[in-house]
Amino acid sequence: MLNKVNREIPDDILKDKNYKPFETTEIGNPETTYVAHQVKVSQGDDKLVDSIPDVIAKTGLKNGMTISFHHHFREGDFVFNMVMQEIINEGFQDLTLAPSSLTNVMNDMVIKAIKAGTITHITSSGMRGSLGDFISHGGLKDPVVLRSHGNRARSIENGDIKIDVAFLGVPNADAVGNANAIYGDAVFGSMGYSLMDAKYANKVVLLTDTIMPYPNTPASIKQTEVDYVVKVAKVGDPDKIGSGSTRFTKDPKELKIAQTVNQVITHSQYFKDGFSFQTGSGGAALAVSRYLRKSMIEKNIKASFALGGITKPTVDLLEEGLVNKILDVQDFDKGAAASMASNENQQEIDSSWYADPNNKGAAVNQLDVCILSALEIDTKFNVNVMTGSDGVLRGAIGGHQDAANAKLTIISAPLVRGRIATVVPDVTTVVTPGDSIDVLVTEVGIAINPKRKDLIEALKNVPGVPVYTIEELQKRAEAIVGKPEKLQFTDRPVALIEYRDGSLIDTVYQVKD
Amino acid sequence: MEIKHTALAGTLESSDIQFTLSKGDSGVEINLDSQVEKQFGKQIRKVITDLLAEYGIENVKVRAVDKGALDCTIKARLIAAIQRATDTKNQPNWEVLG
Repeated sequence: MLNKVNREIPDDILKDKNYKPFETTEIGNPETTYVAHQVKVSQGDDKLVDSIPDVIAKTGLKNGMTISFHHHFREGDFVFNMVMQEIINEGFQDLTLAPSSLTNVMNDMVIKAIKAGTITHITSSGMRGSLGDFISHGGLKDPVVLRSHGNRARSIENGDIKIDVAFLGVPNADAVGNANAIYGDAVFGSMGYSLMDAKYANKVVLLTDTIMPYPNTPASIKQTEVDYVVKVAKVGDPDKIGSGSTRFTKDPKELKIAQTVNQVITHSQYFKDGFSFQTGSGGAALAVSRYLRKSMIEKNIKASFALGGITKPTVDLLEEGLVNKILDVQDFDKGAAASMASNENQQEIDSSWYADPNNKGAAVNQLDVCILSALEIDTKFNVNVMTGSDGVLRGAIGGHQDAANAKLTIISAPLVRGRIATVVPDVTTVVTPGDSIDVLVTEVGIAINPKRKDLIEALKNVPGVPVYTIEELQKRAEAIVGKPEKLQFTDRPVALIEYRDGSLIDTVYQVKD
Repeated sequence: MEIKHTALAGTLESSDIQFTLSKGDSGVEINLDSQVEKQFGKQIRKVITDLLAEYGIENVKVRAVDKGALDCTIKARLIAAIQRATDTKNQPNWEVLG
């Protein structure tokens, strides 16, 4: 049947997997029950285990179970490959892989595990590179389920994802299981996503290269949650966890977009003392913080908080007193990760606190301004951050659907990338519904969602910021690159895109070659 | 017009296309490698075929490595390659260029 963003969702998927089609971005006030996890009582003295094979045996891992990992080590992760290789070696079959996301460094091992029959189901925030290619060409029988960070938290709480064993790499831990990610060799700052696994998995295994004296504080993951601690040689490569120093873009197109994003923010009704914002990690998003800083100083405006994945430029605003607090679920660079140890106003938050639609109020609900990117945006303002212009999986939902609930959600994107239009008649895959997008900023001008009459009024006479309809921007892009041929897909689903409330917003099909 | 020798134009930079033209004896043979093959492969081949026809080139091997070039870039690079391969660098074909 057609859902509310006009995507055909196969009836057998709705029926077999007990899905509802996407209806609305409004969450309302439903009542829900969280599931509990099993607890094997421990006195805490026998948690330290010598090796990965030993700990796998102790967890009681069995065929058909669900295992999880986090992606905070990003491209510097050693833990996933170490553990997964051992699980393959031991011949486990039919496991569900439920990590917070999958980074490129994990791709080859996931493919290997699928080919060995070890992994038969996957849920993730996204996937890229060789794994995205493999899945898009039909490499896994069961469609991958793709969820936002907030939706993963919701799914863990209500039992849609039931983690049997969580393998969590940490830069340090004591022998009883107290751990943080701000000290050690492989620091990554906030442990945001992995905190859900620690709270809700039946068995929680920490892997670390640095054993600290008891009690190890501050403890982000606590001894009360942890079953076993394994000492390994190295959990990650510090140089690949986050980019070293954040360099501001020199690309004139990105600078123009960033400047315009700042104009949109500062001319909106939300730019006043105590406002809040989330930027992201892209070139233009980083540059926005530089322009925003200048405007905040000029107008003597301070922000109450900055949210989300955090970068050094945001920490600089905190240290300068322009931002009162940072709510930090993840750190994108070394500067942001390192400052978590010294800035008490850089608060670590878990992904439920960050973005979960089904708790008693997540941080994204308090957010005024949010800047997000897009691979594609269509004339209905629907956004695709998942499939490339060739239809192949190459992205992640991340917090996109969640943060888009900000009062002012801005998509910053170039009109075209090479020969590929960004503004299109219909996105290949709907990830974030147009209902939650307010303004599109491109290098040639902006388009405002017609339902935001207040913003159309507020932004109609901003110097140097021409306002177009989104149809005009789409036609302008097409005039530059031409009309592409329609992508060819088979009728076999390879991935299901959930909306943050767990309904189905779109289906990704196997590509035809 | 005859291809006299192998000639090259363009680069492998993003948004560019690199043409290598060489002698052929069985019509126009196009070997295209494009990042946007799925979306624009037909269109790119059409631009190449049409332009070669305008120059009256009937036998040629065309090797094209495309990094997402627009039609105007494709034409400009192909014209440069044709003029180099036919030793007509100093005799632009105004009828085609016009």
